[in-house]
Amino acid sequence: MPYDENNPLYSLTPHQLDEIGKIFDDMHEEVMNDLGETDARYIRNMIKLHRQLGLVSRAVLVFSKYKPAWVIGTAGLSIAKILENMEIGHNVMHGQWDWMNDPNIHSSTWDWDTASPAAAWKHSHNYVHHTFTNIIGKDKDVGYEIFRVDARQKWHPGYLLQPLANVILMVAFEWGVALHDLDFDKIKSGEKSKKQVWDELKGIGRKARRQILKDYIAYPALSGRSGYKSTLKANAIANVVRNVWSNAIIFCGHFPDQTFMFTEDEVKDETRGGWYVRQLIGAANIDGSPLFHVMAGNLSFQVEHHLFPDMPSSRYQQIAPRVREICEKYGLPYNTGPLRKQWGTVQRTLLRLAFPGGGPRPKPGPYVAAKEEASDHERVPAFP
Amino acid sequence: MVEAGAAPKVSLLRRQVSRIGRALTTPLLPDDYFALVRPSWSTRELTGKVVRVRRENGGAATIVIKPNTPLGPHQPGQYLRIGMEIDGIRHWRAYTITSDPGHPEGVVSITVKNAPGGRMSPVFTQQVRPGREVFLGEIEGEFTLPDPPPERTLFLSAGSGVTPVLSHLRELDRRGSLTDAVHIHSARTADEVIFGEMLRSIAERCDGYRLVEVHTADQKRFSPDDLDEMCPDWRERVTFLSGPQELIAAVEERFEDEGLSEQLNTERFQPVIGNGGGDGSGGTVHFRVSDCDAECGPGVSVLVGGEEAGATLPFGCRMGICHTCVGRLKDGALRDVRTGSITEASGQMVRTCINAPEGHVEIDL
Repeated sequence: MPYDENNPLYSLTPHQLDEIGKIFDDMHEEVMNDLGETDARYIRNMIKLHRQLGLVSRAVLVFSKYKPAWVIGTAGLSIAKILENMEIGHNVMHGQWDWMNDPNIHSSTWDWDTASPAAAWKHSHNYVHHTFTNIIGKDKDVGYEIFRVDARQKWHPGYLLQPLANVILMVAFEWGVALHDLDFDKIKSGEKSKKQVWDELKGIGRKARRQILKDYIAYPALSGRSGYKSTLKANAIANVVRNVWSNAIIFCGHFPDQTFMFTEDEVKDETRGGWYVRQLIGAANIDGSPLFHVMAGNLSFQVEHHLFPDMPSSRYQQIAPRVREICEKYGLPYNTGPLRKQWGTVQRTLLRLAFPGGGPRPKPGPYVAAKEEASDHERVPAFP
Repeated sequence: MVEAGAAPKVSLLRRQVSRIGRALTTPLLPDDYFALVRPSWSTRELTGKVVRVRRENGGAATIVIKPNTPLGPHQPGQYLRIGMEIDGIRHWRAYTITSDPGHPEGVVSITVKNAPGGRMSPVFTQQVRPGREVFLGEIEGEFTLPDPPPERTLFLSAGSGVTPVLSHLRELDRRGSLTDAVHIHSARTADEVIFGEMLRSIAERCDGYRLVEVHTADQKRFSPDDLDEMCPDWRERVTFLSGPQELIAAVEERFEDEGLSEQLNTERFQPVIGNGGGDGSGGTVHFRVSDCDAECGPGVSVLVGGEEAGATLPFGCRMGICHTCVGRLKDGALRDVRTGSITEASGQMVRTCINAPEGHVEIDL
């Protein structure tokens, strides 16, 4: 008996799943073969933009004791940090730009401006989360080992603190991510050797020391004695803005009502097509303008990102209409909605599931393309 | 990891500035911000610019490159890895340095023969213009002249394999040691002999250099059996061999049959994985990032062992040249399967393709 009868995995035939697997494999190959100079220019310009904006903002913040400088500098630095973490760091470390063969824009060498060391994050995110997406017990990003985001996760009284922990995690998101990479389940079960845990802790410590030295000692010191405090505050706020923003975008990727979670039993003997469908219905997009998508690191195309985690993010928007067509053809949902709706349902779930019980949330059902306003054209004859 | 250029030589002062500046730029380097002003100000990788392009015989071209920071000295016959971006993708190849050592302008040149259907050579021979940016690797290669140079030499080359030989001949000529050299070179026609004019003019000017050209368009292809006729005293000469794989294989076989392998020096551009120091004991590898455990028998590289255990690992040349496969060695010891030398873990980057575990090894890959 399926937990959620609306789960489209149960309505697709094995033949249809094979077709879906083939269609998405072909789409991936087609786009990856098409990559070239224009794509390379996009990421280089994005990296350049981040560095210029960061540099200018830091320079303005030298004079942070003057209010206008503080406001402009803090805003600029917040935006720079968001671009760096999301459109650049997350995507480069996914290997989206590895095809360029540029050692300086490569998943194996990149490190980002956040507390989490690159190697640990790549393991917990690229491998664990993107392979076992939304499988309760296997994907450690289902509630990040601290939240109950699906009613099938067994309740315990600790979850009563979930609403509070949620707010703390929003503000301190980068530190949460860094600790999450340690994988406490694996430490408890002894799957991770003590030496490895110690090495990873040292890695986090090293990274944290550098980050703290930069944002809370070195740059404030450049502002002199009278500006030290105001620059420190500016840097802290920029980090918090980035934390809250990336937390919101990331939580909207998998926890809105629209998305499906899976048990290990449900994905036993999964085919390639089944994997694609799990990615497709386990993720949710956020509607928005092109500028919004860039600020979201194109994770507002979470569906496309989960289908093709190693495809350059700048191509997601381009393939989205084709993904929707496939959804329509096979009666699959295409999860999306405005930010306030997506974020709202996430927060509601986090509150509700702090308490025992709960059940599946209503799902949008198969995607139907919005009909063009063609009918209007027919009714009102063209003039002249 | 991905193939990268060499680390440029940087002054002590610049290094210190960089180290202190890093407090402000982490996780980036101060260099990344200098590069905003001018890309060549970054010292992350050795780069250079094409300054001249000269057409050569047989569709080849000599590309003169000015490195942005001085390149170390090279010996004639050594090669340089060169990287170039083509349609957004960086490619690397190794080319013999054809310029003389210690060029007054600080430039180096390579000579590239057009290989139809190739990725880089058509760009070098047909499209590259002065100003094009290139990435430079380390100067490498063992195909050099001994010191002092041997008195009697035999050079065997074919096609673009002539490039290191020319470097050797020019060096011998400069040092006045071109006293008794025989050079047998194969090309399709006389016009297609790369550096044909230069070689012939040396032969004309210099009694100690005899050039034998084999033009395969209207002559029988050179085989080691021709040696007795073309150079009867070949067994008494130190021989340098550079050319296509078939030529190398045939000549090596002949030398081996006659027990003369020690007299033969071969340019292969790629070292052959041998086992210089025995196979060692083998061991187990834990790939921390892939979360995979592998067992490697004696002499089995970390890369091969990992792949057999199902890990997806980066690799490139699989011969220790390109550094694509490197990962950080966190714990344990490795044995270089080419030389037998042992590396103990100190958090350094190691090449998985040429290293086998000695006991248990932890690696960040």
